[in-house]
This record gives sequence, C-alpha cells and structure tokens, in this order.
Amino acid sequence: MRAARALDLSPRAAAALGLFVAVMLLLPLVANAYVVSVLVVVLFSAYFGQSWNVMTGFAGQLSLGHALYVGLGAYTSAALFVHLGLSPWLGMVAGMAVATLAGSAIAALSFRFRVGGVYFALLTIAFAEFTRILFDHFGWVGATEGLFLPVANLSHDDPLRLRGSSVMFYYLLLALSLAALALSHALLNRRVGYYWQAIREDEEAARALGIDVFRYKIAAMALSAAMTALGGALLAFYDNNLYPDTVFAMGRSIEIIIAPIIGGLGTLFGPIVGAFLLTGLGETMTNLSTHFEINGLKQWFYGAALLAIVALQPSGLWPWLRRALGLAEGRR
Amino acid sequence: MSAPLLEVRGVSKRFRGLQAVDDVSFAVPPGGIVALIGPNGAGKTTTFNLIAGAIPPDSGSVLLDGADITGRRPDQACRAGIGRTFQQVKPFGALSVLQNVMVGAFKATADRVAARQAAWECLERLGLAAKAESPANSLTLPERKRLETARALATRPKILLLDEVMAGLRPTEIDQMVRAFADLSRETGLAILLTEHVMRAVMALSHHIVVLHHGQKICEGTPEEVARDPQVLECYLGHAQAAERAGA
Repeated sequence: MRAARALDLSPRAAAALGLFVAVMLLLPLVANAYVVSVLVVVLFSAYFGQSWNVMTGFAGQLSLGHALYVGLGAYTSAALFVHLGLSPWLGMVAGMAVATLAGSAIAALSFRFRVGGVYFALLTIAFAEFTRILFDHFGWVGATEGLFLPVANLSHDDPLRLRGSSVMFYYLLLALSLAALALSHALLNRRVGYYWQAIREDEEAARALGIDVFRYKIAAMALSAAMTALGGALLAFYDNNLYPDTVFAMGRSIEIIIAPIIGGLGTLFGPIVGAFLLTGLGETMTNLSTHFEINGLKQWFYGAALLAIVALQPSGLWPWLRRALGLAEGRR
Repeated sequence: MSAPLLEVRGVSKRFRGLQAVDDVSFAVPPGGIVALIGPNGAGKTTTFNLIAGAIPPDSGSVLLDGADITGRRPDQACRAGIGRTFQQVKPFGALSVLQNVMVGAFKATADRVAARQAAWECLERLGLAAKAESPANSLTLPERKRLETARALATRPKILLLDEVMAGLRPTEIDQMVRAFADLSRETGLAILLTEHVMRAVMALSHHIVVLHHGQKICEGTPEEVARDPQVLECYLGHAQAAERAGA
C-alpha cells in the first residue's frame, strides 16, 4: 500500500503492477529454458529502452547511438575480468564510469557548439560507429577476433562472479528493470524531471525560467549512458563473447529505441510494454521464418509494427493500453 | 525618488542593416509599473530580449537592483530576478497547466509539494486554477498568455516583463487582468514592465510610459503626459488625426 502511494498509483494500477511483478517472479518456475532465454532478451530490451528513455523520452535529446554505451560497459567489465581478474561488479562500475565520461563529453561538445535535433542524432551515430572501428583495431580486447569470457561449468549459480544460468540473469535483469522503473518515477517527480521535460518541450522557455539547459542536458546524457553501460556489462557476462561489430552495431542502437517508441516515448511503462510486444512477437516471427524458410520476417515485422504505431497510436501503446485497462484514473 | 530597480542605460542593438534599438534608456522604480509602447517594429520586444538576456546588446548596460546584468544568459537573468513572458507563447505543451507553472516554481524551491503550492497560488491569481490539470496545448491563446504570465510569476521575480499578454482578450477579461496585475504589484511590491497594444490596459495600469519609435525613445512620462504628446499622437494616429486631435 505504501509502495502504491509512493508510486502515485490508483489501487487498480497498483494491483496490476503487483500482479505483473508476481507473475514475473514466478515465471521461471514453470517456464522451460527456451522461454526463459526469450524473457532474458525481453528484459534486456526493456532495460536498455528504459535507459535510453531517460535521455530521449524525458529530456528530448535524440540519441541514435546508444550501442556505444552498451559496448563501453560490456568491454570495460569483460576486459577487466579477463585480463586482471577484477570482479564483474567492480568492472561494471568502471564501465559505467567510462560510459558516463564518454556520454558527458559527447553531450558537452555537441551542446557547447549548439548542435541539436537531427544533427545531434547524427553525431551520436558517428561516435558509436567511430568507437566500433576503433575497437576493431584494439588488440588488448581482441579486436575483430573478439573477446571471450571463460565459461565455467558450475553446478550452481555464482552471482558474485556473474557466472550462472539464464534464470540467474533473468532475476538480475528483472531487479534491474524494476529499479530503473523506480528511478525513472523518482526522477520524473523531482525538479530534475520537470526541468528535463521543460527542455524537451521548449528550450527557450525553459531557459527563461532559470534552467541551466546545458547542464541538465549533460546530466540526462550522463545518467542514460551510465544506466546503459550497466546493462552492457550484464550482457557481456551473459553472452560470454564480444565482437565490436555486434556489440557496437548500428542495428543494436536502432533496436534499443524501437521498444520504447512502440511502448510510449517518455512514459514510465512504455519501454517495458514495447519490449514484451516486440521481442515476443519478433521471436514468433523468427520461428515462423525458420519454419516457412522466409528470411528477414522479423525485420519486416519490426518495420510494420513501427509504421502501425506511428500511424495509429503515435503516443505509443502504453498510454492506449492504460486507458483500455482503466488504469488511467486521475491525472496520469 | 528611490534608486531604480531596473535601469536600462543607453542600450543599442543592430540587426544587419536595421537599428532595432537605438540608445534607449529608462528606469523602473521598485514596485513601479512601466509600459513600453510604440507601433509594430518599434523595438519593444527587442528591448525585452536585451533585458532578459535572450540577446546581448551591442552597447549600453542593464542594471537590476544595482547589479550589472548586461549580456547575462537568459537563465542567469531569471535567477537574478527577471521573469519574462514571450509574445510568441511557448507552453510546455505535453505537460499540464499546473506542471508548467511548477517548472517556474522550482526556481525558488527544490521541494515538489512547496512548488505545487506556489504554482497553485499563481494559477489562482491568473484565473487558471480550473484548468490546472488540462494539458497546456489544450488552452486557447488568451489562456496560454495567462499561463506564460503564471509561469514567469512562479519564479518569484523582482520584476515581471509582460510581452503583449492581453492581446486577444475581451474587454471584461482585460479589466480582470489589469486588476490582477494592479493587485499583484500593490500586495507584493512586484515591479512590472509591459508592452501592450491594448491602450485600455496601458492607461489603466501603468504609472509611467516609455514610447519607442523606430528603435528610439521619443517620449516618456505619466499616461496623461504621453497621451498629450504631439510626437506620440503622430506616430500612433498619423498626421491628419493628430492634427484633428490637437485642434479639438
């Protein structure tokens, strides 16, 4: 009850959220390994979407290069683990620090020279691509040959060293996504969240109300980069192999943004809803395309889903779903 | 007369070939209500932008409470105590009316409950309380102008710069707004600098009027003095009517 009040939810919405969490907690007990592995992909997508949403959904700064922060988090933690035996959790913190620095530097450079809108978006792509090419030639992390984490056949999960089953990663990611939800909610209800949204809506008006727009935009980018890098570190220890051309791929940057856009840009639950829908249906499409031997059905479906949302429900699926489920009592 | 709250000293601004503001000086005393009037293109909005930091002046200076704020960034000017509205309204469209005003109120406090409370008070003053939960982009233009004002007021400025906030209002609404601003100034000691084409409001509200024409100050004084000034009559009404008025 207290949690519901703190989250500013109607009783019905609180019940829905409680039910969702309960189902998610119990799912691995009944689901088979395949379903769990799909759910891990869903949760990665949800969490990356939530991280991206802070910067683009809340503060309105379009990043099309978030694979950069996934990659920096993944490579930093993995390389420190492989070469120095550093704990993944410390490596994760290091990865977040690196990503925060990179994000702040890119933001400071761009905004200092008044690069905004689509030009800023192009710049985010450029930095991600440039880093990918740099890592292609970075011998210490394996360059194009890839970086591999030793796979230990453990009889039990070892969360301290991030070695273990899909189920362990499932619960870690679930916790992370719920933490991101709580953090996003807290931010939106504080001054910083109001300021970010004001900047998103009209920078000039925001400035006239005493907001140091430059500083707040950098803060949004830094936080978003740090959150993304945290997920990137988990991804490294889940996948166990890293190649610059997949980790920093342009395609990943695009995948990160589709779920929150479909779910509802700038909303709290949009990235989660979008991730379930897209990954769930995308996985079905992959199975269908294997079955019927049609290539690229999933990509086609992603495109179609994006078109449908833009045409029919431009503010995203979640705002519509919330009304349909009667969870939209009161103002939000 | 006490030391002025806002002092504009010989500011000039040139845009390419156009001298938009030419060596303009005037002052607003504490608690004073001063109107900046003139025909379209006289340099009123540019003068506002020079004061509020949106554009730096080529020369001259702007002093607020004795401190030089010339060429400060808009957010710095706001934190120094200048609250402004935009003639081209700039609502935060996706946010509610209350949230819009809370953004302003967060300048004075980081606490959400306090900001909410302060925002409510501003909305009530501007007669927007009934619209508090509506999204800002659902408001009519006159309502959006009032929202601009409420938002600027919520930053607790020392001086409020109002850029044609009464345009498009019905006469009864103008009278309400005039009363609201007069009350505000009297009760809180807030100084106001306004530009307005609605003469009914200018005459009722201002203690002092500054007239701009082609970027230059051509006259200033009390509303009565300004209304009698032949130069003012000429630039506003044209030769024939001015002569007629003068003759009458």
